[in-house]
Amino acid sequence: MSTTTDQRYTKVEPKKSFHLSMLLYDQRYRSITIQVFFLFLLMLGAAWLIDNTVNNLRALGRDFSFAFLNAPAGYDINQRPIEYNSQMTHGRAALVGFLNTMILAVLACVLATVLGVIAGVLRLSNNWIVGRLMTVYVEVFRNIPTLLWILIFGAIMTEAMPAPSAFRGDTPSASMIFNDSVAITNRGVFIPSIIFERDLGYLQIGPVAPSISWLLVIVIIAAGIWANKKLIAHATRVQNATGVRPKTWWKSLLILFGPIILFFVLLGAHLEYPELRGFNFAGGTHLRNSLIAMWLGLGIYTGAFIAEIVRAGILAINKGQTEAAYALGLQPGKTMRLVVLPQALRVIIPPLISNYLNITKNTSLGLAVGYMDLRSTLGGITINQTGRELEGMMLMMLIYLAISLTISGVLNVYNSRVKLKER
Amino acid sequence: MKKSVFVGAFAATALVAGMAQAQTLESIQDRGELNCGVSTGLAGFSAPDANGVWQGFDVAVCRAVAAAVLDDAMAVNFVPTTGQTRFSALASGEVDMLARNTTWTFTRDIDLNLTFVGVNYYDGQGFMVNRDLGVSSATELDGATVCIQTGTTTELNLADFFRSNGMEYEPVPIETNAEAQQQYLAGACDVYTTDVSGLAATRASFESPDAHVILPEVISKEPLGPVVRDGDKQWEGIVRWTLFALIAAEELGITSANVAEMAQGTDMPEVNRLLGTEGEFGAMLGLDSDWAVRAISAAGNYGEIFAANIGDQTPIGLARGLNALWTQGGLQYAMPFR
Repeated sequence: MSTTTDQRYTKVEPKKSFHLSMLLYDQRYRSITIQVFFLFLLMLGAAWLIDNTVNNLRALGRDFSFAFLNAPAGYDINQRPIEYNSQMTHGRAALVGFLNTMILAVLACVLATVLGVIAGVLRLSNNWIVGRLMTVYVEVFRNIPTLLWILIFGAIMTEAMPAPSAFRGDTPSASMIFNDSVAITNRGVFIPSIIFERDLGYLQIGPVAPSISWLLVIVIIAAGIWANKKLIAHATRVQNATGVRPKTWWKSLLILFGPIILFFVLLGAHLEYPELRGFNFAGGTHLRNSLIAMWLGLGIYTGAFIAEIVRAGILAINKGQTEAAYALGLQPGKTMRLVVLPQALRVIIPPLISNYLNITKNTSLGLAVGYMDLRSTLGGITINQTGRELEGMMLMMLIYLAISLTISGVLNVYNSRVKLKER
Repeated sequence: MKKSVFVGAFAATALVAGMAQAQTLESIQDRGELNCGVSTGLAGFSAPDANGVWQGFDVAVCRAVAAAVLDDAMAVNFVPTTGQTRFSALASGEVDMLARNTTWTFTRDIDLNLTFVGVNYYDGQGFMVNRDLGVSSATELDGATVCIQTGTTTELNLADFFRSNGMEYEPVPIETNAEAQQQYLAGACDVYTTDVSGLAATRASFESPDAHVILPEVISKEPLGPVVRDGDKQWEGIVRWTLFALIAAEELGITSANVAEMAQGTDMPEVNRLLGTEGEFGAMLGLDSDWAVRAISAAGNYGEIFAANIGDQTPIGLARGLNALWTQGGLQYAMPFR
């Protein structure tokens, strides 16, 4: 009997002693045991994969090295945002591809947002035809794979547009539009570009050398927008204090456009028009077929998704909000701008982030129309020519991951600023 | 021409396949059929005709080997392979030999453990332009838009050519030959560049081939030839010497018309050795003494095969050029049958 009593005593005593079996039978430790066990299995699996890869590479007599990035690329790239020729390295070619990816992603995001907001608002329109037209747009574009849209726009550009030779001769069968400044050909669209007569040269930052003039343009525009914001905030303060809103429109115009126009005049900015020279148009800016096909394909396709997001965001706002605004005497336009849209943004932004990410990732379809993005340079020709599949693919995946995380990080910061403040 | 992406996948299968397949000849004779890897369809080189029978310059090599080994030129199972699948098909044993436009390069020979048995077509990269363009030389192509298959050695040759001539160009990278053809015909590029034989074959399939010219410049060396796996000397010998037999037959004046007659014995010792009336060459290959007679009667000698499939009188219209016999200023040269 006494032994039983003793046992009971030991049980009651906390942390009297620790047995290995407690890891499995004691509720306090069991979940940790299981987690440690599975973590161990996971690490074993990963180690096996890595070991297998390393061994197989060694069996093939190949090492794991990124040295190929320093070897001469040997191939040319048509769209070069920075200086590049075939004698530069594979790393430089990958950088050109990365910049091309970013250019396309930004262009397509802007187009998709503009189209999406317009179509989303118009789909709620009381005008039956406009509403149905937008429904057709949304349903047609989002229900057909984006690759097909890209190929269709690419085919339209190459098959339906005139060749540069059609612009030649005394009675050309094709002519430039907008007062001889824009040429639409089957090799892309040529538009005028802005040239500075007194250019300020280039700024060497690491591997890239952006133009100082254009950097200043961006700075001046940003400063103008910031100053204009201050002006409007000041006007609101005056209105709150006195009830009278001071006139700001001419000051706004002056702040926004004055400095930039002055800057352009100072540097002697003028337009360079494209003209027929040799086989092709030369001068101006060349928007290649591949860029246009990708831009329109991605932009219009994703725009259909954004339209639905915008519509959902607007519909999510209680009708009472609109009615209350009307009761206060706000006009429909102001109601939308001041009451509905700011609240709708909270609903719109999270899914919008995911669509921006989709656009960025979908730029990797560029190979289909020969757009020289990261996938076509680093992930295509470089891998083909050097045989470094593993390294190239891993590097490319890391870069895409970094781009996507950056985009969602930045937009999440914006989201936390506009979302409902709860205290 | 093309460089395989799948070096890794290929080499893995090569390791497995390697030694296990030393007895290729026996397995073909047991099977009663030769598995021959060809391209997916290039007019004149390997493409099925209206009756579904494979015809062409590369196909004829397969038929000659089948005739030598199996006594039946039609006992060939043609396996269409793409630029990316060809080497793994050979390494895995899916095909016994490759007879498709494959360039003999260092890395393929050494790194991929393949054996190029010879060269049946000496090719090089060239340019095709529309006749209306009025261009007669590739050095006049400054500023041109060039359609090119991406990921091929042609891309590197092109960059080198334009750079060394101090010219600018606009590359339009394209994934497949069919797409490139469509872009070129739509006028989205001024120039299409690939191997000259490929240009000629592509041009022959155009609606109006005469409207396009192939420029005289050839900017690279592309020796194309049949390929076998490493590790089976006997099979390698059979394919190599069947190819040499076809070339030697042209050198020695043996044609499909007179081969039966000459096989009765002549006063030329090399002809006798080739056709098996003198010496034991067939036995050394593991075949009978008539092997070369059958190979030559399958589709004729090298010159006959060339003329019938891709020569002057065909729609492809290629001149012999580098592929003339060495005695006529070309490079085709059979090692001696001795």
